[in-house]
Amino acid sequence: MTKRIGRYLPAALVFVGVLGLWELAVRAFGIQQFLLPPPSSIAAAFVEHFDELMTVGRNTLVEAVGGLVIGGVAALVVAFAIARWASASRALLPFAIAANSVPIIAFAPIMNNWFGILNPLSKMMVVAVLVFFPIMINTLRGLTLVDQASLELMRSYAASERAIFAKVRVPNALPYIFTALKVSATLSLIGAIVAEYFGGARSVLGQFIITEAAFFRFANAWAAIVVASAVSIAFFLIILAIERVAIPWHASARIVDSS
Amino acid sequence: MTDSVVRVRGVDKVFGIGADKTPALQSIDLEIPKGAFVSLIGPSGCGKSTLLRLIGDLTQPSAGTIEVNGKTAHRARVDRDYGMVFQAPVLFDWRTVQGNVELPLEVSAKDRAGRADRARAMLALVELSGFERRYPWQLSGGMQQRVAIARALSFEPAILLMDEPFGALDEMTRERLNLELLRIWKQTGTTTVFVTHSIPEAVFLSTHVAVMSARPGRILEVIPVDLPQPRNDLTREDERYFGFIKRVRERLRGRDVVRPGAAEVAAS
Amino acid sequence: MLSSIYTFAVFRAARSVLSFLVVIAALAVLWEVVKLLGGDPSEAWTPPFQWTVASDLNMPHLWDIAASFVEPAQRNGPPLGIVLVNAGFFTFREAFGGFVFGAVLGLALAIVFVHSRMLERALVPYVVASQTVPIIAIAPVVVIWLRGGWLAVAVISAYLTFFPVTIAGLRGLRSPDPRALELMRSYASSSRDVLLKVRLPAAAPYLFAAFKIAATSSVVGAIIGELPSGIRDGLGGAILNFNQFYVSGPPKLWAAIIVAAIVGIGFFALVRAAEVLFLRGRTAPSDA
Ligand SMILES: Nc1ncnc2c1ncn2[C@@H]1O[C@H](COP(=O)(O)OP(=O)(O)OP(=O)(O)O)[C@@H](O)[C@H]1O
Ligand SMILES: [Mg+2]
Repeated sequence: MTKRIGRYLPAALVFVGVLGLWELAVRAFGIQQFLLPPPSSIAAAFVEHFDELMTVGRNTLVEAVGGLVIGGVAALVVAFAIARWASASRALLPFAIAANSVPIIAFAPIMNNWFGILNPLSKMMVVAVLVFFPIMINTLRGLTLVDQASLELMRSYAASERAIFAKVRVPNALPYIFTALKVSATLSLIGAIVAEYFGGARSVLGQFIITEAAFFRFANAWAAIVVASAVSIAFFLIILAIERVAIPWHASARIVDSS
Repeated sequence: MTDSVVRVRGVDKVFGIGADKTPALQSIDLEIPKGAFVSLIGPSGCGKSTLLRLIGDLTQPSAGTIEVNGKTAHRARVDRDYGMVFQAPVLFDWRTVQGNVELPLEVSAKDRAGRADRARAMLALVELSGFERRYPWQLSGGMQQRVAIARALSFEPAILLMDEPFGALDEMTRERLNLELLRIWKQTGTTTVFVTHSIPEAVFLSTHVAVMSARPGRILEVIPVDLPQPRNDLTREDERYFGFIKRVRERLRGRDVVRPGAAEVAAS
Repeated sequence: MLSSIYTFAVFRAARSVLSFLVVIAALAVLWEVVKLLGGDPSEAWTPPFQWTVASDLNMPHLWDIAASFVEPAQRNGPPLGIVLVNAGFFTFREAFGGFVFGAVLGLALAIVFVHSRMLERALVPYVVASQTVPIIAIAPVVVIWLRGGWLAVAVISAYLTFFPVTIAGLRGLRSPDPRALELMRSYASSSRDVLLKVRLPAAAPYLFAAFKIAATSSVVGAIIGELPSGIRDGLGGAILNFNQFYVSGPPKLWAAIIVAAIVGIGFFALVRAAEVLFLRGRTAPSDA
């Protein structure tokens, strides 16, 4: 128990210390609101606009989750399909890696035009394209970077390609997939907010932040930024929890005796 | 016509092409009778693993034929006649110990109902009862290797092919596992081909020791080891045990005349 | 021996580039086939279907996109191609600045964390949490703080790039065998020596993996940073601009996206090339 407290204590102290310093500095130097509102104003703004913040947060979360589901399913389907043909995966991997370094957010306005600027689907599609490549590449790696000895073992049982796929490749890929999903959780929320920046329905986090900032209500904008981070962290933690349940055998879930 | 389980005739194996050509094995003849325990021993790189993999149809000979149970090696693999144990245990992280032992039964869709019982019985055989629900990383190296042996035996293969299964273990664990392996071998009567670097281990375990030479790999001689069965700790103190060790060692050093190709295991 | 290693690397790179081009060509063909099936009717051809997505507004013909590069971006202005290449360089400069800031900061943090468990525990959670803050939301504040300009955008971009470097650096600096570290200690080496001779060389492969991610993120960060900052000289500005006038010239937005893609891929390829050179050079002498 004390060990646990000792582990989290430094981080907690930093949290309290930074907030305190921030508040003090803003007051002492008279920093103006538009540069940096003090934490107390942000907290007050959060309480005052709680309902609206929850609504916009939920709407943006729906876009992020929807996009992650669309992009994730598509990525898994493509990776599973091409992993069966070694030559296809070898040919497509360089493309996927290159495509992964394309700034996908540049497609946000295109998606607005394709799927309708007011339709949440246009934001979901930005998120979907954004998460597609990391998930696809990681899945493909997990399916193909299989221990040669395991394959040889299966071959000694005269196992069919199907059996090898189901019993070796897919389980081998699961940790890779979860790694990609954890990265994508954060990515999906950022993607949704950036996509919202290019216009669309009003009651979403991105538009809320822009509007409030435009009217110099910076405490409100910062309250929304805090909500965005909190939602993003929660999303990440949910995927982490699913991972713990889904692959209890994986090294990340092992209870290591820390000395 | 003897009741040989494995019959290797005039087998050559050449790796690579052109300038990179390496002859790994040359004119190998080997007959392994049913129920025998044959060790392959020889200097590193002489082709022990290659010969084992040829018998197991994990690679194909460049010349010659291999018959297993009167069939081609390929046919035998498809019929799931082989239980293989490698130097590393090669257990699946995502399966429990029980799940790992059941793997070959699942793949061959054999014995659906009795699968779990069968796996438990095999784990009892290697003295791992009570560890069924553990994951491989929760076991020691020696325990993992025993799981691999239980897995190889779970589907009652006609022959057991083992490539330095105890190579990575300490001497004490190794001797204990040797005893266990012999007990299992006696109990199941499975024909076994065993690759090792250790002369005492080869002599202690085997009914026949096949001594190989390097570059190109040949079988110099197959030495029948007629030490009394069952073998135990007393065997290791037997005068004749040391005699066999000496003989294998001298053969490995090449003190004897080389008689390539003349390597017929007498039916025991 | 060395030359054959390089030949092999060049061969592999050539094969990657080739298969990349083949996939691009296949996508281009697919694009035009979709237009042939469901695009807008022309004098020569009436497509059997009418798909909104495939209209000339939503999916301009590839030749129209290509042609837009040589047409003036604005009345009497220079051709769009020139404008976009300039914008591309502008954004690349921001991204490169962000990459350098981020890499230096990320590595510095990793070195600090490796030497202090206390600071690691106190700060790493916030390093991770920092990445959940949508930078597009804080970008305007940073721009005000730093009084605009490409440097402000570089700082925004660094916010995205330091993270992978810190995480990978921490892992890489910890990667040397504990026995190697003990050996160094038995020589009474200073921790600076341990860092320079053992930890950093061991971390190099990890760092390059992170640099590749950082290169991509830095371009994303630069484009996002431009959006709310009122900076109109880069690709972010171009995308925003052509988005506003999309209806009058859809190919222009596509052209801007293509240039953005080239900048992203180009930066990644640059880091990848540096990785091949650097890591090969380090391992080659011990092989010989
Ligand atoms: N896949 C392969 N490709 C090319 N050469 C190979 C291959 N496998 C084995 N060889 C070569 O064949 C020869 C025999 O190898 P093998 O692995 O059978 O030796 P071994 O007797 O098992 O050695 P060790 O005792 O070290 O395990 C070696 O010279 C090796 O270099
Ligand atoms: Mg071997």
